Amino acid sequence: MKLKSIVFSAAVLAAGLSAAISTPALAQAKEQFFPVLVYRTGAYAPNGVPFANGYVDYLKYVNAKGGINGVKVTFEECETGYATDKGVECYERLKGKGATLFQPLSTGITFALTEKAPGDKIPLITSGYGRADTADGLAFKWNFPLLGTYWTGADILIQYLAKKEGGFDKLKGKKIALVYHDSPYGKEPISALQERSKLHGFELSLLPVAHPGVEQKATWLQIRQNRPDFVFLWGWGVMNSAALKEAVATGFPRDKMYGVWWSGAEPDVKDVGAAAKGYTALAMQHGAEPNAKITQDILKDVHGKGQGTGPKDEVGQVLYMRGLIASMMGVEGVKRAQERFGKGKVMTGEQVRWGLENLNLDQKKLDALGFAGVMRPVSTSCADHLGSSWARLHTWDGAKWNFQPDWYQADDAILKPLVRASADKYLAEKKLSRRAPADCQS
Amino acid sequence: MLYRENGQFKTTYRTDQQIFPIAQDRYLVLALVAAAFLVVPFVASEYLFRAILIPFLILSLAAIGLNILVGYCGQISLGTGGFMAVGAYMAYNFFVRIEGMPVVPAILLGGLCATVVGVLFGIPSLRIKGMYLAVATLAAQFFTDWAFLRIKWFTNDSSSGSVSVSGLSMLGWTIETPADKYLFCLGFVVVFALLAKNLVRSHIGREWMAMRDMDVAASVIGIRPVYAKLTAFAVSSFIVGVAGGLWGFVYLGSWEPAAFSIDRSFQLLFMVIIGGLGSIMGSFFGAAFIVILPIVLDQLPGWLGIPLDTALTSHLTFMIFGALIVFFLIAEPHGLARLWSVGKEKMRLWPFPH
Repeated sequence: MKLKSIVFSAAVLAAGLSAAISTPALAQAKEQFFPVLVYRTGAYAPNGVPFANGYVDYLKYVNAKGGINGVKVTFEECETGYATDKGVECYERLKGKGATLFQPLSTGITFALTEKAPGDKIPLITSGYGRADTADGLAFKWNFPLLGTYWTGADILIQYLAKKEGGFDKLKGKKIALVYHDSPYGKEPISALQERSKLHGFELSLLPVAHPGVEQKATWLQIRQNRPDFVFLWGWGVMNSAALKEAVATGFPRDKMYGVWWSGAEPDVKDVGAAAKGYTALAMQHGAEPNAKITQDILKDVHGKGQGTGPKDEVGQVLYMRGLIASMMGVEGVKRAQERFGKGKVMTGEQVRWGLENLNLDQKKLDALGFAGVMRPVSTSCADHLGSSWARLHTWDGAKWNFQPDWYQADDAILKPLVRASADKYLAEKKLSRRAPADCQS
Repeated sequence: MLYRENGQFKTTYRTDQQIFPIAQDRYLVLALVAAAFLVVPFVASEYLFRAILIPFLILSLAAIGLNILVGYCGQISLGTGGFMAVGAYMAYNFFVRIEGMPVVPAILLGGLCATVVGVLFGIPSLRIKGMYLAVATLAAQFFTDWAFLRIKWFTNDSSSGSVSVSGLSMLGWTIETPADKYLFCLGFVVVFALLAKNLVRSHIGREWMAMRDMDVAASVIGIRPVYAKLTAFAVSSFIVGVAGGLWGFVYLGSWEPAAFSIDRSFQLLFMVIIGGLGSIMGSFFGAAFIVILPIVLDQLPGWLGIPLDTALTSHLTFMIFGALIVFFLIAEPHGLARLWSVGKEKMRLWPFPH
């Protein structure tokens, strides 16, 4: 009996599996399919959830407004749990459904997908994460680190610091400790920071924190012993709040701590509250935007109709907005592609890639989309897949994030050669060559 | 009725000692392997290849390797992920640093490096046993994690610590399409499974099993513990290292040490326990259970057309998966392989059970 039931359930499972495999999973007519890789569970969920909600809410908003020139947007979520192998499985699963583009929200998954995307002809948007050298569009045809990479982020942090201290020469002899997530994500900024440290003569010490970053006692003991002048925080998920708590415990001044844009959102400081006051983090272009027009529109057209993905008070928060913007960039890529390949048609991954490469979001378009004041114009080209290297910073006042007044732009004179060298090394290792100018027309 | 060995007379030692003494078994397995080589590449979809079959094959190979150590020799190891990492990273180094290095020798050399590391970490097994050994092998896991994160030489000075491989080819055959990659992995798995099966049936395998069952008695009858245990570590880490190389080269293409974290070690140990300790067949069952079931469970609501929240689905997957592990271990503590052989026994008597 027991055996029979086991055999029976196995048979049911096998039948289900074969049924699923034989179902043709093609995109239906007039539907643009957006695969959504999310992590709503696991150690990074507190940060992954608002991003995913923003991402999906914008897609719903596009549909509420009549789709992309009449093409309805469909989407499907797949849970990656921030794990590379699970991300690859999700990619393969959703790819077959006519994927427009992928945004994995994980540097590790980005590395793995960078190898697969060219073969599958699907563009990857890695807005504010992923490989920094993919800004070189001539080497990485399918990657779009729109709005910022870790190198531009690191560069801007140093610029901000110099301005605050009164000039780059004031950085000489200073000690900066980089507390980073011990993964490709955390290691990416190191080469850009080292370049700057050679230039200005500050001392950079590297303090890795193992996944998931709850245990940081040893790291902060080192900080207590070495007494760095500044701490850069390159964390994600629970690691950020743990770092801030440790800073409180060791008495390291929070206003000498600077975070990357993934370390500067509400979930990171919420638990620490007033004790995190003075902590400054990069904001990319946007921060918390409760008053932006797009936020109000989402509240009205998506949440107002009971279609909201997450809780209402999350709309307009930092990570929610980042998901929203990431989603918007993807949709605008499709829109741009439609301008060339036919309005109101479903775009293939290849066509969307062209759209992303020729993105031109000027102030007028941004205003029309409701992103006035949220971000600056973005325009990409064949050689430049970054689009814009501007960013600002925001400081936690104990209850909310407030912007620092100035915008900063990463210094191309320093980063360009780095990007170029790194991209060349990648190409040499893979025995690939740069794209020919003729390829830019396609 | 259909499945019994009546009339199959064995007249030589050779026929009596073959892997599948019953003709039906033999034909079934041969047909299965033939189908895997000749039919599957033409009918399977890309998703099936890349997301299910390739990881299943590679992790089966790793499970076979671990089963030799845990199931046949009785040495519990939690360092499997570490040995896989050694295989993958060293294969990468051979592949990238030596001009014109073909893939297969690179992966095999990676496996050899894993052997060396495995034997090194196997030395404590001569003095410590059981749970204590598990803790000692945990050191292998943490050591390799540390080495590949910190020592830049291993990652060819990559700034992010992530390495990638592409442009695989073998004797003029470029391994590019999913079907190619599947066949490449399948080749490795078939060869190594056959080698492993024959090894455990040989005198070395019998020494391992004697060590597992009672090491004092084994040494009394003249089995050298040093030799038996260290060969088990060597063979096991070699196979695990090759699986690690395939995991990096073929499945991921680009990886970081997190791909071979402690979670991987536990996952493989669960495969071996659920599949059946001391059974090559069980390694395949275990890998299938652990690799495929969560994917199926995860997608089930979608297939049935039940709109479920992504987070809820993934929580449910964990819960049902956990419950199924408990269920199978209660129903058959000796693993799925034992269920399989019980099923075969019943088949022999069918339709007249007594």
